[in-house]
Amino acid sequence: MSALLSVERLSVSFTTYGRRTQVLHDVSLNVPEGAQIALVGESGSGKSVTMKTIMGILPIPPAKIEGGRILFEGRDLLTMPERDRLRLRGTAMSMVFQDPMSSLNPVFTIQDQLGTILKYADRRLGRDRDRRGRYARILEVLGQVRMRDPERVARSFPIMLSGGMRQRILIAMALLSEPRLLIADEPGTALDVTTQAQILKLLKDLVTENRLALLMITHNLGVVRETCGYTYVMNKGRIVEHGQTQSIFDAPREEYTRSLIAAVPRLTGRDA
Amino acid sequence: MTAPPVLELRDLRKVFPVKGSFGRVTGEVRAVDGVSLTIPQGQVYGLAGESGSGKSTIARMIMGLAEPTSGDILLDGVSILGRQASLAHRQRVQMVFQNPGASLNPRRTVGQSIRVPLDAHGASGDRRRRVGDLLDMVQLPRHFADRYPHELSGGQKQRVAIARALAVEPRLLVLDEPTSALDVSVQARVIELLESLVADLGLTYLFISHDLSLMRNFAQTVGVLYLGKIVETGPVAQVFRAPQHDYTRLLLASVPVISAEEEAMRPVIPLINGEIPTAEDLLALREQANLKEAKT
Ligand SMILES: Nc1ncnc2c1ncn2[C@@H]1O[C@H](COP(=O)(O)OP(=O)(O)OP(=O)(O)O)[C@@H](O)[C@H]1O
Ligand SMILES: Nc1ncnc2c1ncn2[C@@H]1O[C@H](COP(=O)(O)OP(=O)(O)OP(=O)(O)O)[C@@H](O)[C@H]1O
Ligand SMILES: [Mg+2]
Ligand SMILES: [Mg+2]
Repeated sequence: MSALLSVERLSVSFTTYGRRTQVLHDVSLNVPEGAQIALVGESGSGKSVTMKTIMGILPIPPAKIEGGRILFEGRDLLTMPERDRLRLRGTAMSMVFQDPMSSLNPVFTIQDQLGTILKYADRRLGRDRDRRGRYARILEVLGQVRMRDPERVARSFPIMLSGGMRQRILIAMALLSEPRLLIADEPGTALDVTTQAQILKLLKDLVTENRLALLMITHNLGVVRETCGYTYVMNKGRIVEHGQTQSIFDAPREEYTRSLIAAVPRLTGRDA
Repeated sequence: MTAPPVLELRDLRKVFPVKGSFGRVTGEVRAVDGVSLTIPQGQVYGLAGESGSGKSTIARMIMGLAEPTSGDILLDGVSILGRQASLAHRQRVQMVFQNPGASLNPRRTVGQSIRVPLDAHGASGDRRRRVGDLLDMVQLPRHFADRYPHELSGGQKQRVAIARALAVEPRLLVLDEPTSALDVSVQARVIELLESLVADLGLTYLFISHDLSLMRNFAQTVGVLYLGKIVETGPVAQVFRAPQHDYTRLLLASVPVISAEEEAMRPVIPLINGEIPTAEDLLALREQANLKEAKT
């Protein structure tokens, strides 16, 4: 399988108050076309920095890319012209953020917010679509994220929707531009377990239906096992272990992975 | 004679008025709708349920932060409601909140934060030594007394919050999502600490959490709260092995797990139109089935 996204020996540092700290050390990972890949690690391990570097939204400075390449379909994102990069971001790859409330604007309707994103994506892709066409596409994408009443949802303000519905809106936003890679940072972790289960199932269904690749970033090992066949484990800015999710969970090779898995409480209780 | 339970809730209710425009009361929310439970000394009672089910409202009533609409709350067999309840009696319940960062005053050192409840109580003796003892109890070095919250990790802050709760020698700790902001490895150590305090101090806990896997490991008894009512209760191992109520089954079915053994014990909930049903969907289906049964 050819890699859609391939991160090669990526190193990133931050300089704050004149002190340089390296937060990513030679991080390498592959996301094959249509695959579901997890990047798992504890708080501060460098998951979000990795994701931001891939998306090109890392604040430089204070951050500095010390080395490495990020290949998307064979082209290095770090050296390509800014224009090409902008076109890829938000079109070929999209992000789903964790916190629905802070990613949605409370004073605009869902329709307005999706419309703005769609206009932007269309412009980047050189597509022409009128108001009507945009509305049709918005209803379509709301249907894709299984909203029961797309027209009502389109007219709603964020405050009028439940947490699970807001998370669906964020997924809808990411789908608008028909990306090939979806990067999800802790999707649904702020939600109830039943709602989280629905969101994870939705993501799984969407990636199969649309043949998307998924890079899932999370600290929740259960979420990883539910959604991703292949897992990278990150600790202190380094990939310490990677492999098939089930074999990592059943027989972790590294001490760090072992202790991480041992710390997860089991539904079966301690003695099981 | 057997000792009364450390905590007893009797038919506890809390109704909030719902206000429409111009502050007119247009309806009511029964946030807590007739909850009864008992927790014997040294036990951990887990209260599970989704957002809005009424868990925090129960905690707030126990802490005296909200007044029950009706019902009673007894601590060691004596009511803590009404004017006759003494402050000292009330203070034997302490609470540890979800967000360790927000519950500590950023301008106070750890030592000062822990000392506040001691001062309020006019506790005698060398307060500085008592602070040191409390830090020992939560397994933090004594010199942490001079640190500020921003110099501590999340897990360390939560230990400080526990130390502060222990300062007045409570009988019962109400733990509202005490570890949900922490990494699993840090969570494991905080839970270990809480367990050792049961053994060392004979503490009793009301443990509120969304995390059913954690509840399975930490609590002995579980109560599942749905729309202000306990829909199922019992020993946690039994309830999780053979859940009786649809809502409990849905909750358990939704837990993301990491092994095949756990997966095997999760109930399987049939999809409705290819989707995972909501609690309302399930309960509506059950109602229909009951109606049908009643007719035949
Ligand atoms: N803007 C910044 N300036 C300085 N340091 C930063 C900045 N952003 C991140 N870092 C540091 O980089 C490291 C990795 O952070 P990152 O946000 O990637 O962690 P994470 O794995 O996403 O953690 P979490 O699970 O808590 O979201 C941390 O040590 C963090 O303090
Ligand atoms: N002060 C209040 N005024 C009006 N309604 C309230 C008030 N406090 C709580 N409620 C309502 O009572 C119900 C129960 O809320 P509560 O905070 O107890 O839920 P919870 O189970 O703790 O949820 P979470 O898991 O989100 O913390 C909700 O419908 C809530 O909107
Ligand atoms: Mg992060
Ligand atoms: Mg609550």
